[in-house]
Amino acid sequence: MQEFIQYFFSGITNGAIYAVIAIGFSMLYNSTELINFAHGEFVMLGSMCMITFFGSMHLPLIPAIILAIVCVTAAGLLFERLAIRTVKNPEHIVLIIITVGASIFLRGLGMLIWGKDAFSIPPFSSHPPLDIHGAKLLSQSIWIILIFLLTTVGLQLFYKKTLTGKAMEANAISKRAAWIVGIPSRLMVTLAFGLSATMGAVAGVIIAPVTMCSYDMGTMIGLKGFCAAMLGGLGSLWGALIGGFLLGILEAFGVGFVSSGLKDATAFLLLLFILYVRPGGIISSADVKRF
Amino acid sequence: MMTTHAYRPLMWIISLVVACLIFVSPALAESGKPTYKIGGIFAVTGPASFLGDPEKNSLKLAVEQINKAGGIDGHMLEAVIYDTEGDPSKTVMGVSKLINKDQVIAIIGPSLTPTTLAVVPMIQKAKIPFISCAAGNKIVQPVDPWVFKTAQSDIMAVATIYDHLKSKNVKKISIITVANAFGESGKEQLLAQAPTYGLTVIQSETFGAKDTDMTAQITKIRQEKPEAIVCWGTNPGPAVLAKNIQQLGLDIPLYQSHGVASPKFIELAGSAADGIMLPTGKILIASLLPDSDTDKKVLTGYIADYEAKFKSPVSGFGGYAYDAMNILATAMKGSNGDKEKIRAGIENVKGHVGVSGVFNFSPTDHNGLGQDAFVMVKIVNGKWELLK
Repeated sequence: MQEFIQYFFSGITNGAIYAVIAIGFSMLYNSTELINFAHGEFVMLGSMCMITFFGSMHLPLIPAIILAIVCVTAAGLLFERLAIRTVKNPEHIVLIIITVGASIFLRGLGMLIWGKDAFSIPPFSSHPPLDIHGAKLLSQSIWIILIFLLTTVGLQLFYKKTLTGKAMEANAISKRAAWIVGIPSRLMVTLAFGLSATMGAVAGVIIAPVTMCSYDMGTMIGLKGFCAAMLGGLGSLWGALIGGFLLGILEAFGVGFVSSGLKDATAFLLLLFILYVRPGGIISSADVKRF
Repeated sequence: MMTTHAYRPLMWIISLVVACLIFVSPALAESGKPTYKIGGIFAVTGPASFLGDPEKNSLKLAVEQINKAGGIDGHMLEAVIYDTEGDPSKTVMGVSKLINKDQVIAIIGPSLTPTTLAVVPMIQKAKIPFISCAAGNKIVQPVDPWVFKTAQSDIMAVATIYDHLKSKNVKKISIITVANAFGESGKEQLLAQAPTYGLTVIQSETFGAKDTDMTAQITKIRQEKPEAIVCWGTNPGPAVLAKNIQQLGLDIPLYQSHGVASPKFIELAGSAADGIMLPTGKILIASLLPDSDTDKKVLTGYIADYEAKFKSPVSGFGGYAYDAMNILATAMKGSNGDKEKIRAGIENVKGHVGVSGVFNFSPTDHNGLGQDAFVMVKIVNGKWELLK
């Protein structure tokens, strides 16, 4: 029982991280039908900014988090403005290749700014782990889950309660109809890029203390988040959540009960399986088209 | 007035020419004999840059020192260095450039076992002395006449850990290895040598090089109650493991491999590093060595020179290239650039005191290091401490 709970804790910690990243993928896909393969790099930027602000400059925790998120969001907006909007012939395949290029560029930039070494920062708070039936829930895991909950609730409120959020949703459902009623669709796309980068930054910030951050950390974690988004159903908020947690928990149980060699394979086998039996993901976008 | 004005450009030109002569002349004057070109091929960028970057610097340092001392039989050395990015196909391209375009007389590098194995067939065909900086034992076993290596083998690292475990009367261990070539090779050795030391490996786990959380693996290990855990990986994975072990409150001695033997590991793992034991080359604890130790002088000299030239702290890995260049230089004396003579010369290098240990090459031993190249250290309060 103790092991079971421990695997579960490990699973939901990773699951929350995957879910936040998956939301970033989904949100952008929703607004632009674009898969941003540079998303993992925004996670990396979030982590590395956190290393700089919290680790090296010793800013207090909350300002450091906010500053890191603001910086990465700005990077996301800049990316949209400079690399995406300037494309003359915005076909999907062209844009996707641009995002792949951007991911390589950002990785290189990260290497130039922070060097090739890995870094780590202390946990947000140094409480001893909670003991639940012999299993340990680490303090950073609690932080991760709390920040995750805060983010999703905030996002949900933004989409359902604010005019801008509703406008974004309208724009996602039909660009043309939204345009007719006077919603500036270009602005909405920019906003979606910014918000998606924010999600990446949040993921980066919360994992900085649990993992070792280096310029090349984004690729694998980005792919895992992509898997989670596909698994749950691309374009759906609930899908991203379900996909993220499912992936995290299955990975942890896979390590615990089958073999630790299969950890990464779990994600990709699961993805192949889902694509085969249910190409739209668990919450297929045919059922729940949008957020 | 006119004359001084007309004079000025002329003076400039003359001083320029003189300056050129001053700077160029050492190369010109002494290179009545042609320069020897040495090829260097390292993972200067990419995930293995922590190996390749100091290796590149150390090769430059060694070449500079040899040239300052008058070169080899009056021949100056020139290092031609390419980056592999840790990628076997780029390594193959780089090595073929070194052989065909630059026509080097010997090659030092690459930094990794897979990249080294990828170029061995080319080396055999080109018949060129080749000293790898990678650790994998497969490089020199079976022995190929042209292939050498200067890094300590996993075999010795495992033997050093197991010696220590045996002295502590440990019988049951769990091992956890990183899922890449370094971890696989370590796992092979850990499993193969265990019976010799009366050890039973009761469990063998793996982790991904970029894993963010290893509590699941540790939970699994905790169930089996081993007397010690041996982790085999390179940064940053083992640091995550150490942190998770501390967080879960496991009270089992943790051994790491020489792959994390750098101050970076202590920085990453923080207080979780305390109490961890690992084998390392002597460079890490050079200042702790007794003055009677044969390696101490070479080590302190290398560290001082490296830090003075590159303004960055020395790592345990650059020494592989430094040793390779110095061994090569010894073998090249009197060879007149003949590759076969250089090759045979390396096999005859005996008692060469290098950064990584004392090298004794022979036609059957192309690594030349003994188990004394490793010492066991323990991390205490963020500092290395020599274990007996």
